[in-house]
Amino acid sequence: MTTVDHSAELARAGANVTGWASRTLFLANRYPLGAFGAVIVILFVFAAIFADVITPVDPTSTNPAKSLMAPGGQALMGADFMGRDMYSRVVHGARISLAVGLGSTALGCLIGVIIGLASGYLLGWFDLLVQRVIDIMQALPLLVMALVMAASLGPSLENTIIAISIPLIPNVARVIRSNTLAIRELPYVEAARAQGMSEVRIAVFHVLPNTLAPLIVLATAQLGAAILTEASLSFLGLGIPEPHPSWGRMLSESAAEYVRTAPWLVIFPGLAISLVVFGTNLLGDAVRDLLDPRQRS
Amino acid sequence: MPVSEMQVAMSAPVVEVRDLKKHFPIRKGLLRRTVGNVFAVDGVSFSIQPGETLGLVGESGCGKTTVGRTVLRLVEPTGGSIMVRGEDITHLGKKALRPYRREMQIVFQDPFSSLNPRMRAGTIVGEPLKIHGIADGAERERMVARLFDRVGLRAQQMKNFPHEFSGGQRQRISIARALALNPKLIVADEPVSALDVSIQAQVINLMMDLQREEGLAYLFISHNLAVVEHISHRIAVMYLGRIVEYADKVTLFTRPQHPYTEALLSAVPVPDPALKRNKHMVEGDVPSPVRPPPGCHFHTRCPYAIDRCRVESPPLKDVGDGQLVACHLR
Repeated sequence: MTTVDHSAELARAGANVTGWASRTLFLANRYPLGAFGAVIVILFVFAAIFADVITPVDPTSTNPAKSLMAPGGQALMGADFMGRDMYSRVVHGARISLAVGLGSTALGCLIGVIIGLASGYLLGWFDLLVQRVIDIMQALPLLVMALVMAASLGPSLENTIIAISIPLIPNVARVIRSNTLAIRELPYVEAARAQGMSEVRIAVFHVLPNTLAPLIVLATAQLGAAILTEASLSFLGLGIPEPHPSWGRMLSESAAEYVRTAPWLVIFPGLAISLVVFGTNLLGDAVRDLLDPRQRS
Repeated sequence: MPVSEMQVAMSAPVVEVRDLKKHFPIRKGLLRRTVGNVFAVDGVSFSIQPGETLGLVGESGCGKTTVGRTVLRLVEPTGGSIMVRGEDITHLGKKALRPYRREMQIVFQDPFSSLNPRMRAGTIVGEPLKIHGIADGAERERMVARLFDRVGLRAQQMKNFPHEFSGGQRQRISIARALALNPKLIVADEPVSALDVSIQAQVINLMMDLQREEGLAYLFISHNLAVVEHISHRIAVMYLGRIVEYADKVTLFTRPQHPYTEALLSAVPVPDPALKRNKHMVEGDVPSPVRPPPGCHFHTRCPYAIDRCRVESPPLKDVGDGQLVACHLR
């Protein structure tokens, strides 16, 4: 008689993985790209939180002596035309990007989920009306929509968040609605109804949680898009006003005039934007796999 | 005398359905005008005694599932009445219906979609107790553990998610959820059709054990005659929204009176290659329930159909021993 050694499979499936540290390691091993994305996002969040501690100079203070200084010992990423330290500005820019990205994604998702769930669950004339309004909103590209909103609201941090969140609403509402339509017909929803559960509770406790997996993917993708939109709005002068260091505004200020003479003014903010969007996308994919209990073993 | 038979003899029916109708309107165009109806259930009557199992059989699309769901008021009936313990619940509002919800529960066919994948098994089974404010906290935990034990699951499995169970175990969870409210009737809609044969037997036996212990009544919906024969006391045969034959199990299987029942029984495979059987096959498909044939719905496929069958719909009539048949020829 032979005995089968299952230890290899057990290790692969994550048996005996206990404790915070070993679990993190196990997950990092299983989702290497996700871990990479998480590292980028964590770095970005840390930069935003500790911006004041890790930068030597105030990002808004000017120094004529350092004007257009190349990256080196005195200024890690160089300095701009007004002699403001680029390293400080890029790090502080993480704060703006994070605030706008998280704020607008959260706001857009919250409103989108409420509208999508109500639309898919109530159906009838309410659904018809909501879907036609969403059709109209989706006919406009994200950036155009955000442009119109930002222009009418005026440039400020709060208004930028609102301006970017509104174009997100139709996407979220569509995803949630289509999921709601499928899930409301499933037997477990009917079982809840047979038990006498109220329709509101069914919608919130049985339908909503099962619509969220695609939302998390959408939200992380949108987080990147929101950061990009903020950069675009600021680039066009409609986003975050001076003197706040926004990556998009840094690009717009320097792109035309200094891209040849002082390329570091474009490279570092551009790199920051690309890296963060890349990181959130990688993390989003891993989070989706992780949050679905059917894919967990 | 077993408990179930005693109760059958003594008490009033758990549920009594009279002339139940469910027509689904077909709407078309911008104004959603009704252009026709699907006659899913078209005048069905039956009653179920405490501790009794009524088997409801028929081909797919004959309306048997709609009957089950209409009885539970998950689908609003178009006509007829549903009486639970002598009370008419056909037109009760949501609030007024709630106490009756405790009397009747449902077990579905698909063991995969009948449990919320994001809830732990214990939460799923405990949910009815929460909804009806029966028990909380540790008390609820204890009641759920007892329910798990009764359906043959371990209490440690309460914290597992549905995907961690096999199909048969999931069906046990569904049964435990249905049992939580101590119902008098469980509508079992093809509860074993999606399971392996060996598991089917386990689940059927569990249901029969529970019936003996609790005096439960079942409306057992299935297309599998062997399973229905095993669990049912009485059987109703449905064809295109109507009951064509209604009799106790032994009578139906030994002396089927309706040509459709005859055909169904002769289609059951017998595991004996030497046996020569009088095969009585029915040809063609079930006609559309949107435009059911006039007269007897079965006349288009019936080998004995006469002119009268094509114009006049036969009523269910007693042919002796409480066997009801809807056929002009009997």
